[in-house]
Amino acid sequence: MKTKRILALLMAVLMVIGLAACGESKPAEPAADGAAEAIKIGATGPLTGGAAIYGMAVKNGATIAVEELNAKGGMQIAFNMEDDTHDPEKAENAYNALVDWGMQLMMGTVTSSPAEVTSADAYADRYFFLTPSASSTNVIDGKDNVFQMCFTDPNQGSGAAQYIAENNMAKDVAIIWKNDDSYSTGIRETFTAKAAEVGLNIVADVTFTDATATDFTVQIAKCQEAGAELVFLPIYYTPASLIFSQASTTGYAPIWFGVDGMDGILTLEGFDTALAEGVYVLTPYSADADTALNKNFVEKYQAAYGEIPNQFAADAYDCMYAIYAAMEKAGITADMSHEEICEAMVAQFTSMTFDGLTGSNMTWGADGAVSKMPNAVIIKDGAYVGM
Amino acid sequence: MSFLNYLVSGLSLGSVYAIIALGYTMVYGIAKMLNFAHGDVIMIGSYVCFFAVMRYNMNPFLGVLIAVVLCTLLGITIEKLAYKPLRSAPSLAVLITAIGVSYFLQNTAQLLWTPNPKVFNSIVGNGSVQLGALSVSYVTILTIAACVIIMIVLTMFINKTKMGKAMRAVSEDKGAAQLMGIDVNRTISTTFAIGSGLAAIAGVLLCSAYPTLTPTTGAMPGIKAFTAAVFGGIGSIPGAFLGGLLLGVIENLAKAYISTQFSDAIVFGVLIIVLLVKPAGLLGKQTREKV
Repeated sequence: MKTKRILALLMAVLMVIGLAACGESKPAEPAADGAAEAIKIGATGPLTGGAAIYGMAVKNGATIAVEELNAKGGMQIAFNMEDDTHDPEKAENAYNALVDWGMQLMMGTVTSSPAEVTSADAYADRYFFLTPSASSTNVIDGKDNVFQMCFTDPNQGSGAAQYIAENNMAKDVAIIWKNDDSYSTGIRETFTAKAAEVGLNIVADVTFTDATATDFTVQIAKCQEAGAELVFLPIYYTPASLIFSQASTTGYAPIWFGVDGMDGILTLEGFDTALAEGVYVLTPYSADADTALNKNFVEKYQAAYGEIPNQFAADAYDCMYAIYAAMEKAGITADMSHEEICEAMVAQFTSMTFDGLTGSNMTWGADGAVSKMPNAVIIKDGAYVGM
Repeated sequence: MSFLNYLVSGLSLGSVYAIIALGYTMVYGIAKMLNFAHGDVIMIGSYVCFFAVMRYNMNPFLGVLIAVVLCTLLGITIEKLAYKPLRSAPSLAVLITAIGVSYFLQNTAQLLWTPNPKVFNSIVGNGSVQLGALSVSYVTILTIAACVIIMIVLTMFINKTKMGKAMRAVSEDKGAAQLMGIDVNRTISTTFAIGSGLAAIAGVLLCSAYPTLTPTTGAMPGIKAFTAAVFGGIGSIPGAFLGGLLLGVIENLAKAYISTQFSDAIVFGVLIIVLLVKPAGLLGKQTREKV
């Protein structure tokens, strides 16, 4: 009995010490590193797991930007990306690891569900937060220091409906969406609302979940029976690849219309890109854009990683440059605390205009959402072609 | 698409569940343990076949053969290293170990082959046979045929061979079987070997029909197949076959005629009703607990 009590006491003491250590390390570390050191920018994203293609693209894009910026010789950046495997719980750990590292601002979390967790932390702890690609509105809602480089999901949905109607692509439209995923449901909701407004008929509205993401024959058949000329796919590319191959065996060939989650389908190993021929993707970035900025980026990316950069890589590259521009204007130095940096950056982001790979004249509202124009690209001969 | 088409695609999905469920049910029936790593052996089998066929340009059937051999070896190794030392441990410990093995395999696959999905090209091509308004793909025919053949061969093996007899004996009473001179350890190892070999075939068929391959490919079908095995009566080979087919057909018909959003709820609802009426599953043996 007595030993138990002593043990409990010991545990309690250890826990208190542990907590105290946690509290201390935050402000202490940046100061210890000295003023002339690099500014520490942290990020979390899926570097392993099913969504790793997005995390890796962000890491690669950001790394290229950091190398270019550091080569300028001025303000130096140290970039550290922790793996969250697209899992909200692991994102929390990854965030804490970054805080222990001495992070001063955050270039976001790559995917939406984990970003909802880390952005809430960053809001409470006052770290400036700019995500390249977490597009759910829950990420920015009610958080003054959280910004997005990508469109919010609602924008993607209504943007897609608008685009389809404006270009007279189809009248009868079907949707195949994933009803256990906040990204997919978010886009589908605004798409449906906008579709009613612009006079598109939604003739079929079918779903799948993680557990049923293998067999799509029924969903495809329902779209076909309903006579849909266009099928809207607010989903990621992995299930989309299955849908394309299963539709091809039944001989159904509508216009397929995807959003940014479709990005990645062309680099899927072993995928017959002919199946994705003619697929429309609503994305703010296409790698074949004919600008000096983009050509430089694509060349460097290909040399370093052996593949064509996707939208996530471009978003990350833009994030780094936008942060750098804002930091320069605000006169941020490496010895400032993350709270000071946060306030200065929020002031900059709500007032500045930024030109990057994924759009020109980008501005941010106080709600954290970006305003830029989406473009549709079409897949031709295994590559994205701008419209 | 007509009712018949929905039925055929349901049968195709169900056959894949059934082949996986056969592996679950055999191991459970004989070793009395739930091998939750079964789904991941399927994934390993698919990767082996993928690399054999896509990277080394082997004949697809040679690829399947290599996958079967490697998975059989893998199954025996897993059994030796992870389950055999726990033979006399409580079944809960073995269950947890099985979950551990499952995660171990998934993460190893992720390290070896990266998490990026790979597209598995069907081993029999993408063609289909047209029967009136009904179009049946080669993969569907192959899957259903493979499933029926495997079920018949397994039933014969269990009922006609000496090893099969030993398996039935071990399943009835381990202690008594040992006293009768049956090598229980070897029997259980053989069961694992057969189950894992089947997993390789299931993997190849699964990925031929639904061609995206990731380190977690086996996890969800594994759970579904386990459900199918329970549905049909776990431990019963014809039960696993029937359970798998029914699960696939119910899932697809529910999607087609009721709602795509509720298809899973309907499948599991049916399972609950079946288990309420027949607690041992459709073809399971009703055993009275001796008190």
